[in-house]
Amino acid sequence: MSYRFSFADKEIAAEAGQTVGAALIAAGYRSWRTTRHNGAPRGIFCGIGVCFDCLVTVNGRANQRACLTEVRSGDRVEPQEGAGRADLAQ
Amino acid sequence: MDVLVIGAGMVGAACAYYCAAAGLRVAVLDRGPVAAGTTSGGEGNILVSDKEPSAELDLALLSVGKWVELGEQVGADRLELQHKGGVVVARTAEAATGLATLAKEQREHGITAVDLTPAELRDLEPNLTRDTAAGAFYPQDMQVQPMLAAAELLRQARDRGASLHTDTEVLGFRTGADGRLTGVRTGNGDFAAGWVINAAGSWGGEIAALAGAPVPVLPRRGFILVTEPLPVAVRHKVYSADYVANVASGDAGLETSVVVEGTAAGTVLIGASRERVGFDRAVSLPVLRALAGHAIDLFPFLAEVGLLRSYLGFRPYCPDHLPVIGPDPRVVGLVHACGHEGAGIGLSVGTGHLIAQSITGATPDLDLHPFRPDRFAEEAA
Amino acid sequence: MPTSPSSPTSNNNTDSNNADYDVTVLGAGPAGLAAAVAAGTAGARVALLDAGNRVGGQYWRHRDEDTGAGHHHWSTLRRLRSAVLTGPVDFRPGHAVWHVSRADHGFTVHITDGREIRTTTLIVATGGYDRQLPFPGWTLPGVFTAGGAQALLKGQGVSVGRRIVVAGTGPFLLPVAAGLAEAGARVIGVFEAGSPDGFARHPGAVLTNLDKLAEGAGYLRTLLRHRIPYRTRSTVIAAHGVDRVHTATVARLDADWRVLPGSESQLDCDAVAVGYGFTPQLEIPLQLGCATRLDADGSLVAVADDQQRGSVPGVYLAGEVCGVGGAPLALVEGELAGRHAAYRTVAAVPDRRAVGRLLRRRSALRSFAAAMHASYPVRPGWLSWLDGETELCRCEEVSVDTVRRSVVDLGATDPRTVKLLARPGMGLCQGRVCGYATACLVAHLRGRPTTEQDLLGISTRPIAAPITLGTLAEG
Repeated sequence: MSYRFSFADKEIAAEAGQTVGAALIAAGYRSWRTTRHNGAPRGIFCGIGVCFDCLVTVNGRANQRACLTEVRSGDRVEPQEGAGRADLAQ
Repeated sequence: MDVLVIGAGMVGAACAYYCAAAGLRVAVLDRGPVAAGTTSGGEGNILVSDKEPSAELDLALLSVGKWVELGEQVGADRLELQHKGGVVVARTAEAATGLATLAKEQREHGITAVDLTPAELRDLEPNLTRDTAAGAFYPQDMQVQPMLAAAELLRQARDRGASLHTDTEVLGFRTGADGRLTGVRTGNGDFAAGWVINAAGSWGGEIAALAGAPVPVLPRRGFILVTEPLPVAVRHKVYSADYVANVASGDAGLETSVVVEGTAAGTVLIGASRERVGFDRAVSLPVLRALAGHAIDLFPFLAEVGLLRSYLGFRPYCPDHLPVIGPDPRVVGLVHACGHEGAGIGLSVGTGHLIAQSITGATPDLDLHPFRPDRFAEEAA
Repeated sequence: MPTSPSSPTSNNNTDSNNADYDVTVLGAGPAGLAAAVAAGTAGARVALLDAGNRVGGQYWRHRDEDTGAGHHHWSTLRRLRSAVLTGPVDFRPGHAVWHVSRADHGFTVHITDGREIRTTTLIVATGGYDRQLPFPGWTLPGVFTAGGAQALLKGQGVSVGRRIVVAGTGPFLLPVAAGLAEAGARVIGVFEAGSPDGFARHPGAVLTNLDKLAEGAGYLRTLLRHRIPYRTRSTVIAAHGVDRVHTATVARLDADWRVLPGSESQLDCDAVAVGYGFTPQLEIPLQLGCATRLDADGSLVAVADDQQRGSVPGVYLAGEVCGVGGAPLALVEGELAGRHAAYRTVAAVPDRRAVGRLLRRRSALRSFAAAMHASYPVRPGWLSWLDGETELCRCEEVSVDTVRRSVVDLGATDPRTVKLLARPGMGLCQGRVCGYATACLVAHLRGRPTTEQDLLGISTRPIAAPITLGTLAEG
């Protein structure tokens, strides 16, 4: 069974039980956010939820660890910049 | 050596800085690492807004001026000194009246305080709750990173010849035949000087007792919540109008009032709680919950913001809520600079400046009488 | 000879002392599974909590359709999983614990969604995670921890790349490389920084653990079959790329792990998987005030006695949390903890012969773990791979130079002060990734060895898992 979710205007396929992070890696992505100070790209590093590098916005909720978040069909996944809460910036 | 400073925290660093700048030979002693004691639990408040007209407010005004100077001399970035201003929020009509009265008195005392309507409050803080009665803006309030500031001032002092001795615990005081202090005994040997400054923060009472000149400095525990890093969502130091009453309260029980501010690093700091529980370092979940709840009342967006960590500290308070500053007539050569409660970071630089004046024989810019170390016996009488 | 078990609590009636469970186990990896099954079998009411959705922890990372190929001791997992899912254990997945507090009934376990579980006795089996040594370019996308590459492969069926360099130290590099190769990725090489001939110096430990040797030999055979070079005294000292890694610098090292000049070579790759041993997840024992010690591998671990008790009454510890030692040891410690916790709580007297057997096995496995730590030490020369701009703290992007300045210019003498001044460890991961490296660098700058206090000063975390302020307020 395959799920599909959207990411940066593309549709990505994921297998049942796969995480957003794994699906993105399988689809060829290595980064989906930039850091606060240097704007450097980050993706998965530790893969088990310890390092908080792989943060991504899922269905409007920022700072989800992509390596722990299981894909649900129809999810809307977006890359993040900096602290990820652009809705709060003034 | 002319001066020994006991305590490498914010107040000790300020004393060392101003004494070294005055040409005195200074050694700073701390039983632990730099800024690891009282200062490490601090938030970095530099406030005039939360003080009623009093000797403490005078000291705060003096200190604010000194912080501005230091920012220019040392570099505001180095200290993470932010001239952000303070916003006080009154949620009820009663609190609003109290706030307006206080602001008026403060203005008469030389503080800049701007009354705010709820709409004006929202202009200053768009993420603030809509449920407010009135507010006040204090442009003189500032924020600093306390550990960084203490370390930077110590570095400046060392550039002027001061020495720093960490992991060096003071075990006793040495006096000469005339009863005058000649120095201290420590775990790493003796240090000799004619002046010894007690800047031991929450442990100022212990050091004073060791010197035979007790001052009743006791710890008042506080917790701070730290959020995940955010873009700028809180622009000023924002707190509720009942903060002033809580600081002034003599209650031993838990007092909480809300203080919320952003930091240069992007995290939001949330305080403030006060309890008299000695030096108990156990995390108190009820206090953390109360702080979170009050903060969300003021800034609803915080409900969905992640909590990164919490830390605690012990404010050094005196029963009359004034610090102890100045030479101790009971032990010649002993000078106190402690007991600043939750205002130590802000008041440190004014304190250091006055202490340096005192030691060099200059007339202090403020009358030190209200802060005299030997006032407690009289007050008790 | 087994020591006499601790006396049971006088009030072991769950209802009257207000606890939801007799025994709550944190972590459903090998140690937690074994503990939960042992306690449940002994008649205790047991909850087994895990932040994830499945049992197995890191060691038995698997997908629902897995048949066990590529896993070890799979039959043990199946037996334990079956016992948990059908037996007297309440398995509660998706339960991330942010705090455990002491209470009259024993302990209250606080879950990140706001729920609380009250338990009389606690067994902490929270496992460990990869220990990291920073190097220039380690923050480039495409650089993964060895454990991360393993988790993606075993748990998600995804390979981290097509041309992968595996590097670091420790026997774990072998299954990582073998797994990737069997999955069809090209592993360019396995670069082991140490020279693990040390096993020859611990013949006793090796002889009593021949199955571990066989396991290792199996991996080496797989590497040979795929023609993957295994080089010792070598490792990745830099990664290069713009938005992702495309080249890794591999160098030969001397015995102290300093680079042998001129030995650097550049390897084209699209992924690097790197790991330098493991370190325990200690948040809960530290929150509760459990005693710790520095283990032979330089990691901070919680102290556990012969009954797997921590220093705080009612707290039991099993697995990596009390010393990194692998899955078979975790299974043994878990079973011991479960039996003793059950005795404490519901007065189920443990079978003395079984306990004796478990203690002997624990002793043998611990001596193997000690031999392993002695064979794969982290050597201080790694600090020489760093340049001033290397990010020591990934979260807050704190460079080595910034840390150095806080020691040299600002007078910091220990890692906690460095953290407060320069911010390594102040980001979202709260020092889990950079803590060990920061402690080593600071100690080195101070001209002294890294101490237990160094690590302790930066390891306490009152908030062990992400929780929103709203959830905290509602509790």
